Amino acid sequence: MEKILFLAHTQKDGSLPKIALEVLTAAQKLARDLAGSTFTVGLIGGDVKVAADQIAGCGAEKILGVSGEDFSESRYATDVKAAEAIAKTVAATIVIAPGTSRFSRALPGLSFRLKGMIDTHVSGINVNGAQLDIQRWYYRQRMVATLTRAARPWVLLVDSGTFPVYAGPRGSGNVEPVQVALTEQDKRTKVTGVQAPLADAQTIRPDADLLFVAGAGWTKKQSDGQTHGKEAENLILGFLKESKASLGSSKSLVDLGAEGETVLSFISHLNQIGQTGSTPRHPKGLATCCHGEEPHVVGWRFINERRAINVDANCGWAQGKADVLYVADAFQVMKKVNELLGRTA
Amino acid sequence: MSTAYQIIVCGSLVPDPLQTLEPVQAATGPALKNEMMLPSVLDPWAGHALFEAANLAKQNPGSKVTLLSLGPKAKLQQLMMTIAQKVPFELVVVDGSASGFMDSTEVAAALAAAIEKIPGLDKTKLLVFGGCASASRDAGVTMQLIAEQLGISDVFLGVDELKVQPDGSLQLFERIEGGQYQVSTCACAPVVIGWATGNLPEPPNNPQVGMANMRGIMPALQKAAPAGLKGDKIKFASVELPKQVRQTRIVKDTPVDEIANEIVTWMKG
Repeated sequence: MEKILFLAHTQKDGSLPKIALEVLTAAQKLARDLAGSTFTVGLIGGDVKVAADQIAGCGAEKILGVSGEDFSESRYATDVKAAEAIAKTVAATIVIAPGTSRFSRALPGLSFRLKGMIDTHVSGINVNGAQLDIQRWYYRQRMVATLTRAARPWVLLVDSGTFPVYAGPRGSGNVEPVQVALTEQDKRTKVTGVQAPLADAQTIRPDADLLFVAGAGWTKKQSDGQTHGKEAENLILGFLKESKASLGSSKSLVDLGAEGETVLSFISHLNQIGQTGSTPRHPKGLATCCHGEEPHVVGWRFINERRAINVDANCGWAQGKADVLYVADAFQVMKKVNELLGRTA
Repeated sequence: MSTAYQIIVCGSLVPDPLQTLEPVQAATGPALKNEMMLPSVLDPWAGHALFEAANLAKQNPGSKVTLLSLGPKAKLQQLMMTIAQKVPFELVVVDGSASGFMDSTEVAAALAAAIEKIPGLDKTKLLVFGGCASASRDAGVTMQLIAEQLGISDVFLGVDELKVQPDGSLQLFERIEGGQYQVSTCACAPVVIGWATGNLPEPPNNPQVGMANMRGIMPALQKAAPAGLKGDKIKFASVELPKQVRQTRIVKDTPVDEIANEIVTWMKG
């Protein structure tokens, strides 16, 4: 009989992030499909009451919480101890949790302390009789595996966009506090703040409907034999402003900046999509001035509808990687797109 | 205040990203077709970790960089021909599979055991670096598991910048959601850091550095200890390439206005 623990941490405002609510749906599914299993919620944060109320109707047998000032920030040592205390309280055999940056850092430590196993970037869960199978990708989204493990406890970190957001009733969640004894050693790391881009310079928007990807072609010589970096910046920023899209870039464009060449000033490694960058999840994606080479396109694995603009009709996007390839000058097309978006705004 | 650090960078090889990868079923489990023949590169994030380590060592005289690699000896030897020319380091090799299908727990245990055996290991000066994930398994858990095994409780993941403060404390910038950084300070070593891309460009090849490194690399390869990986922790039901190939509609010789209209309609649809 499995003892399922859904583990989540709160955000600054005390609520659960969207990905946690998605993974809660997965935990509910597991509890339904694994006959005879028990289902408990564990929450970590400065104050977990808001989160407990948010998911009060999720069907968990109980909600355990580790809270207090020391747990309000994302810090490895305290997060692992909090997670360990909760998991040991319920003797969890399966811990399912959202793959946030905070838990991606901390929960491998939990698996070690529980003498268990861990799988991350879980993108599918299936119960086959009494056996739990998961899906995850290998070699940076090149191939997908279905696997299982006999060892318990088994910690699963689930990627965003894999399950629908929990939409059950709110209520008054009764949190059973779990005590965690911290030492000064656990608090050697001090979180001093979050460095966020200025509001108008925020180009990474995980919840955007559209991913807009800029390739190195924006910085190359155009048909007049000149580069048009400033114009490219204005076109891209104008588009992001009008469309509220999230900005990605190819590695080659990012690397130009690291090599000291003049490039698009607002692009950093954080925007990088692909083999050595991120693999975001958005319903739609539009690639511009990018050739659609395989190491880049693996970053598009979870983009549902894909379109690209490129002057080369034989580029990678034409090889079954995009739904539509517009063979055109991206400068001209995006200028017109911005005009249309500005007119309809 | 300058501190002499002992920096151990965990990093191994992965198939060159430009190669076509195809899974096959081997006697021991899933593997890549022609895996031993595929050209390899240093795992990109581990590479960034190595360059950051070398930069930190340069700024803090007396520091030493050790590259700890778990992989097949023969392939590591090939890889070192290029990596050795980048930055100065000493090599420690653990001979075993670098396959993405190996379990992180086993890999981390082998790496942590190798770290413990490094002569003169001083945890008060120890910085353990590695990539925030690999380009093979992409689990992002190995560094934390190494930290646990070494008893280090200050762990950072997705780091792009490390600054040594005037008082000797470490300031770290970790990637978090939404293109933001969490900024933290840690009093001193030991710490474990899983690097993202960092901010440094790849160093140019330096033949003199290469020659100096190679003096230690060949002996390190010769005395590589076997990793002893069993590969029995995971039961794979299948490993497949994604089958979806899109029927790409190619739109050419079409006026810009028409294309722009179609894109805007699609975006709003």
